[in-house]
Amino acid sequence: MLSAESLKKIDYELTKYPADQKQSAVMSALAIAQDEKGWLTTETMDFVAEYLDMPSIAVYEVATFYTMYNLQPIGKYKITVCTNLPCALSGANEAVAHFREKLGIGFNETTTDGKFTLKEGECMGACGDAPVLLVNNKRMCSFMSNDKIDQLLEDLSK
Amino acid sequence: MNQPAQILLDGLNPSDPNDWRLKNYEQREGYAALRKILSEKIPPEKVIEEVKKSALRGRGGAGFPTGLKWSFMPKQYEGDKYLVCNSDEGEPGTFKDRDIMRYNPHMLIEGMLIGAYAMGIKAGYNYVHGEIWDVYERMEEAVDEARAAGYLGDNILDSDFSFQLYNHHGYGAYICGEETALLESLEGKKGQPRFKPPFPASFGLYGKPTTINNTETFASVPWIIRHGGDKFLQLGKPNNGGTKIFSVSGHVNKPGNYEVPLGTPFAALLEMAGGMRGGRKLKGCIPGGSSMPVLPGDVMMQTDMDYDSIAKAGSFLGSGAVIIMDDTTCMVRALERLSYFYYEESCGQCTPCREGTGWLYRIVHRIETGKGRMEDLDLLNNLADNIQGRTICALGDAAAMPVRAMIQHFRDEFAYHVEHKKCLV
Repeated sequence: MLSAESLKKIDYELTKYPADQKQSAVMSALAIAQDEKGWLTTETMDFVAEYLDMPSIAVYEVATFYTMYNLQPIGKYKITVCTNLPCALSGANEAVAHFREKLGIGFNETTTDGKFTLKEGECMGACGDAPVLLVNNKRMCSFMSNDKIDQLLEDLSK
Repeated sequence: MNQPAQILLDGLNPSDPNDWRLKNYEQREGYAALRKILSEKIPPEKVIEEVKKSALRGRGGAGFPTGLKWSFMPKQYEGDKYLVCNSDEGEPGTFKDRDIMRYNPHMLIEGMLIGAYAMGIKAGYNYVHGEIWDVYERMEEAVDEARAAGYLGDNILDSDFSFQLYNHHGYGAYICGEETALLESLEGKKGQPRFKPPFPASFGLYGKPTTINNTETFASVPWIIRHGGDKFLQLGKPNNGGTKIFSVSGHVNKPGNYEVPLGTPFAALLEMAGGMRGGRKLKGCIPGGSSMPVLPGDVMMQTDMDYDSIAKAGSFLGSGAVIIMDDTTCMVRALERLSYFYYEESCGQCTPCREGTGWLYRIVHRIETGKGRMEDLDLLNNLADNIQGRTICALGDAAAMPVRAMIQHFRDEFAYHVEHKKCLV
């Protein structure tokens, strides 16, 4: 269900916790599964549950609680822009407006070519770098002026 | 004063991509405190005594005396005990722990090692905020380096002290910055806070005695051991020992982290951050992260940056996140965004918070969009009263406090919105 590479990563995470506490690795296991699959289907979550000896419902609880898990099909690039107050004071809403205009989509929408999904984010702990955004949960982009946004979209479109 | 004004970010060169590495840290006297403790066999209670003397207070927001917290751990306990670092930095305005971890990760590791030694703990976790993946990877590398050099693992530096440290990556939940929610999350569950008591020192991770401190708190410890608690205390002011990183965001010319001694005047900090953007007037400032009460600009300009001074002025130092708002800021809109945040992040466990944060947001939203009523202002205060102090954790308080303070200090602006259906600014 998951690739050998993903399983290897999950096995590494499991070494961090006591042998009788495999459930502690569920957050990273779901993140690793999502990296491979793009989003978490029920089948993927069930697989993770079985792999970690957890009830499926306990895995669903975690997947639905933490906001960075994708529970629906999503664009190739998920762009999450923080719009919380400190970022809003430094241009976050202008950055969002620019994305809306360039991509023709709003929050929680995906471009028709399936390339980009736009998300509103909460505090990423990088307020000094506003406007701040994340690409696919992992790549943080700082000081995102309209020019830098154009450049980012161009690079990702290649 | 010839003491250094900086401890946590002292001597760092952020433009050198390798400055965070173990070698560079050792050149900055890194791991000297741990070596001193192990080679001189300093008794654990002496280490705690030194931390108590330093008047180091929890840098995550609550400001609880660190040495006292450490002394709560059961000493004669035979089973496993855990040490946890709360690096789940997501309080809007706060971005200091990210810089400690990416520029000085070994200082955090050494601080945790000293804490583990002092409390007789053999395993620890560093819970890293979900959105900062590159910083998590940096911590993973730093832990590997420390392990390879014999600073982590069994029989550290050939002593009988052993400590294992692991990083745990969060995945997007503000509530996990609350210590018992963080423990639930570490156990692989939803991050819903636990009732206290029992406190983590008696029932923590996996039900074992656990101490949880913030990243900046741990990172302050090596200096305290190297130079003594008294020296650290003298850097700040009585009851407010040491230096503190303030994350300055919003309408300033140079947003960023500034480490200064506690007790530094706010005006001096504002100047370090390049002053007000466009030379505009300071209207309001949230001095300790979005959960803390806003203060009017003129009050802030008379205040010093330490726990006691800010409390006297009517707010809290919190996490040290200083959000600056100039006279172009609509306070109704500012509060609307903050209220939305708490509504979005409430874990849903306690009714006053789950329902109340939604009420707060919807009422502020209707004022902002010109549909408010004059009685809404008192209704907001009434709601805040019915949330604060009535929930398991402090998220309810965090949602209520900004509402009350905004209406207290900027009531005219809210009333103008209701009457004229538009902004005053």
